[in-house]
Amino acid sequence: MKFSESWLRELVNPALDNAQLAELLTMAGLEVEENDAAAPAFDKVVVAQVLEVRKHENAEKLNVCKVDAGQGGEPLQIVCGAPNVAVGVKVPCALVGANLPGDFKIKEAKLRGVESFGMLCSARELGVSEESDGLLLLPADAPVGQSFRQYFDLDDRILTLKLTPNRADCLSLSGIAREVAALTGSSYQAVAIKPVAPVLDDKRGVKLDAATACPRYAGRVIRGVNAAAATPDWMKRKLERSGLRSISALVDITNYILLELGQPMHAFDNAKLQGDIVVRFAQAGEQLELLNGKQLMLEPDMLVIADGNGPVALAGIMGGMPTSVQAGETQDVFLESAFFAPEIIAGKGRRLGFSSDSSHRYERGVDFGNCRNALERATELVLAICGGQPGGVTETLAALPARPAVTLRVARVARVLGVTVAADEIVAMLQKLGLAVTRDGETLAVTPPSYRFDINIEEDLIEEVARMYGYDQIPTRPPVSGQAMLKQDGKLRPSLLVKQALAARDYQEVVSYAFVEEKWEADFAANLQPVRLLNPIASQMSVMRSTLIGGLVSTLVANLNRKHERVRLFEVARVFHGVEATQQPEKVAGLAHGPRLAEQWGSKAAKVDFYDVKADVEALLAPRVARFERAEHPAFHPGRCAQIVLDGTIIGVMGELHPKWVQSYDLNAAPVLFELDLGALTGRDLIRSQPISKFQPVRRDLAFVVDDAVQYQQVLDAMASAKQPYVTAIEGFDVYRGAGVPEGKKSLAFKVILQDTQKTLSDADIDSAVSQLVAALQQHVQAQLRS
Amino acid sequence: MDNVQAIVDEGLAALAATHDPVELENVKARYLGKSGALTDLLKQLAALPPEEKRAQGAVINQAKTAFEQALNGRREAMAAEKLAQQLAAEALDVTLPGRGQLAGGLHPVTLVKERIVALFQSMGFEVADGPEIEDDWHNFEALNTPKGHPARSMQDTFYVEGGRDGEPLVLRTHTSPIQVRYMQNHQPPIKIVAPGRVYRVDSDATHSPMFHQMEGLWVAEGVSFADLKATLIDFLRRFFERDDLQVRFRPSFFPFTETSAEVDVLGERGWLEVGGCGMVHPNVLRNVGIDPEQYTGFAFGIGLDRFAMLYYGVNDLRLFFDNDLTFLNQFR
Repeated sequence: MKFSESWLRELVNPALDNAQLAELLTMAGLEVEENDAAAPAFDKVVVAQVLEVRKHENAEKLNVCKVDAGQGGEPLQIVCGAPNVAVGVKVPCALVGANLPGDFKIKEAKLRGVESFGMLCSARELGVSEESDGLLLLPADAPVGQSFRQYFDLDDRILTLKLTPNRADCLSLSGIAREVAALTGSSYQAVAIKPVAPVLDDKRGVKLDAATACPRYAGRVIRGVNAAAATPDWMKRKLERSGLRSISALVDITNYILLELGQPMHAFDNAKLQGDIVVRFAQAGEQLELLNGKQLMLEPDMLVIADGNGPVALAGIMGGMPTSVQAGETQDVFLESAFFAPEIIAGKGRRLGFSSDSSHRYERGVDFGNCRNALERATELVLAICGGQPGGVTETLAALPARPAVTLRVARVARVLGVTVAADEIVAMLQKLGLAVTRDGETLAVTPPSYRFDINIEEDLIEEVARMYGYDQIPTRPPVSGQAMLKQDGKLRPSLLVKQALAARDYQEVVSYAFVEEKWEADFAANLQPVRLLNPIASQMSVMRSTLIGGLVSTLVANLNRKHERVRLFEVARVFHGVEATQQPEKVAGLAHGPRLAEQWGSKAAKVDFYDVKADVEALLAPRVARFERAEHPAFHPGRCAQIVLDGTIIGVMGELHPKWVQSYDLNAAPVLFELDLGALTGRDLIRSQPISKFQPVRRDLAFVVDDAVQYQQVLDAMASAKQPYVTAIEGFDVYRGAGVPEGKKSLAFKVILQDTQKTLSDADIDSAVSQLVAALQQHVQAQLRS
Repeated sequence: MDNVQAIVDEGLAALAATHDPVELENVKARYLGKSGALTDLLKQLAALPPEEKRAQGAVINQAKTAFEQALNGRREAMAAEKLAQQLAAEALDVTLPGRGQLAGGLHPVTLVKERIVALFQSMGFEVADGPEIEDDWHNFEALNTPKGHPARSMQDTFYVEGGRDGEPLVLRTHTSPIQVRYMQNHQPPIKIVAPGRVYRVDSDATHSPMFHQMEGLWVAEGVSFADLKATLIDFLRRFFERDDLQVRFRPSFFPFTETSAEVDVLGERGWLEVGGCGMVHPNVLRNVGIDPEQYTGFAFGIGLDRFAMLYYGVNDLRLFFDNDLTFLNQFR
């Protein structure tokens, strides 16, 4: 809602300057979004009259004028290049010494040898308007010598309110003025509206066939209007400062009523209407050409104004083209001032892809008590501007929206707001807002006026009390409540620690979109039935991801393009296997690409590989130890991929990106990635401390040859199957293939630590344990001990 | 006697002239060896009469001690010199960079989220979470947002296939459904914050189709708007670490709160909107089975991305989702 401050002050004029007024509105919930000068700064520009015009001797396009600028003494000689300068016209004139917008100073000057003492101005030169076709011509009655700023009310300011949808009552100057009066106590000078007595008997009948959707419709015929009459400057100016372009007198008048009173109106060309007006829902197959030129196929939930021939307007949204007033043609008009129920209008504009000032108001709620007034006011303005003879008002009325009294308990106000406001004060506040209050002790019965659609329950009234009391006046006490410590689950590792652990291992957290290209789901998860968006913002954001891998790969590509050669990323986010809450688990995924270490003087350059990343995953899981099992996964190299199993459950996968994706995603080498269930990382076991042994541990090394196909894990499992109680740790420290080891075999070396908590182990104990391990190795993986 | 002194002087001079341990041992042998000069003098004592022997013996022993002290001194000096040389040779360029892995970092929105969550936890707020594909009821209906509300249109809300008739599925447009879910499963007192990703059909310099919000909710007996103001002012001052930070609450409108407010802080260039809040609408409490006569509560929502922008002086929201490592590496 955009409006001129000086217009508002015609209706209510509190002793506040512009900034204070803006603050008042904002703090009352009518947020002032913009507060602009009506025109840029300039001075010494006055209304002047051109007395004499003669051609400049040395310049074809210039004229030398004598101008009365009301400054006394001789008329000013001013050279002017505007084509529309003429004897007798009144125009704004910048005097010598004037400062015009754009840091333009007016000085005495000589133009092609002729002296000039000032400048006659166009609207654009004064920043009053964007357009400019020569001098700004002023009405004949403009007083010569008056400051042009004053004459054009250019010290006015234009306020733009960002109104919340509940405050439809402030979508008019009268509504804002009413609110300002309530907030400040200044008196509200409502627009004086007198019924206009009919001169003609003409009446057009109105039938309400959808009485709930339209319970009130007032109309009036005015004959013999001059539709081509000029809109007066004062009205044009107010419309323009509200952001509305002047179109024609009749349209301007209906727009003016919209702004002044908040009542959308429509003017039909009366000659083009046939028979009675019927307000009804559209019938299947009906069509209507709207004022914006659109041909609309009407739907049965659309309310229309119809005449004997069918729909003539889309009720509350837009009039129809065939029955619209035309400046050169229309002689008789039929004015409409109606109330349409908000729920009938709501959403229609959106569905049709446009909205209008009218639908904007109707869908939020228009004062159903004001239709008649607005019609009288419009009649008055039409008669004054376009002339004509009014008929009588036809008003058809059905059941208007109910305004049941809302109960407000004084104690409840204190309970909700945290501040005690006396009953008397509350009554006074609500009455100022135009609410009717009946008091019964500490209980009030409050009836909202017809222009308030947002007061239905006690809380709505409490908010009104809070606004009137002032949000800033409500105290801010430190809250008092029962104190209880937050639970701290010892079996839970906060996800922040998981993230920090990854950051500590040189991974950078990223955040990528949850909606991805469908192709990523197919490539990285073989998911051909991803959860799809019905209204994606772009085709590459059309499905919900079931894996974080695509986002990491695409982030890698973007950063390689930015010349980062070493990229290590992770993301923690939900993935979507389905739409149920349980199908949206959080995952943690990581990617490493490029050199193992940042290029440095003290370490050999090497590419990061599977085992580097595996160490990161193991560290992340520690102290839990997972098993890594060979697996196949659509994202990964089939020989370099493992599923990660913890306590018998698959909790994730890791591997080197499949070479075909390396190629198709334009990567220079394969990154290594992992993806784990966050839940597996945030769970942890409670720690029970074990006594530590006082006896020395013993180390024995075992070296043996096995088939190349035997996996490390099989060897470990073989030794574990021997169940040797003194063996406390087994770790491999060498894997060797080559000279000395037969083709197709590999040599492994393990360190075995033995220790007892009760005694120093004897050689016999140790030898027995080791030989059991060796036996198990021979049995399960056909190991041959090396000497 | 003069003879003794001369031998000692000569011996000390010889010690001083040595350059390495071998020379030193040679000098030692010349004086203290089996036929060394001082050894010889001691041998000659035997031939002297007892009185002279005692006197001369004392002189010679003194001379021997002096020589031995000088010998030890020289030996230590040589060892010290040798060590000094070794240490000098072993000196490193300590300005060369350290070896190995560096550290990565967390996303700035995570950092700010954790900072905010920690502040609220210090006041007893628990952290809650919920699904991002939500049903219409949790995202809108339970929050008193009627059918036909503009926020529910496809121009604003992402819809997901798989919804049932009358119960479409959406990507949650705010973190508020988390409070609904939490209240369905808990009775007051309830005191939670719920950070998370949210989605709206909007993409330009100041809007991302996915962004981060944090919801706060406190429902208990006697929770009032005054408590809401105090809590949020306290939070904003602690977050920005400015005790004099100016905060204002101005009336606003949300379907799920009544007595609603926008919260602004005063920045260098005027008031800056940082969040919305209000007293939980009684319909919302009723929808989740909490009696609004007995309990009142407040809720608030803030944009975590916006807080991260303010906190770190980031001027373009899109940077948070571009994942340019040069940008992200700043947040260590």
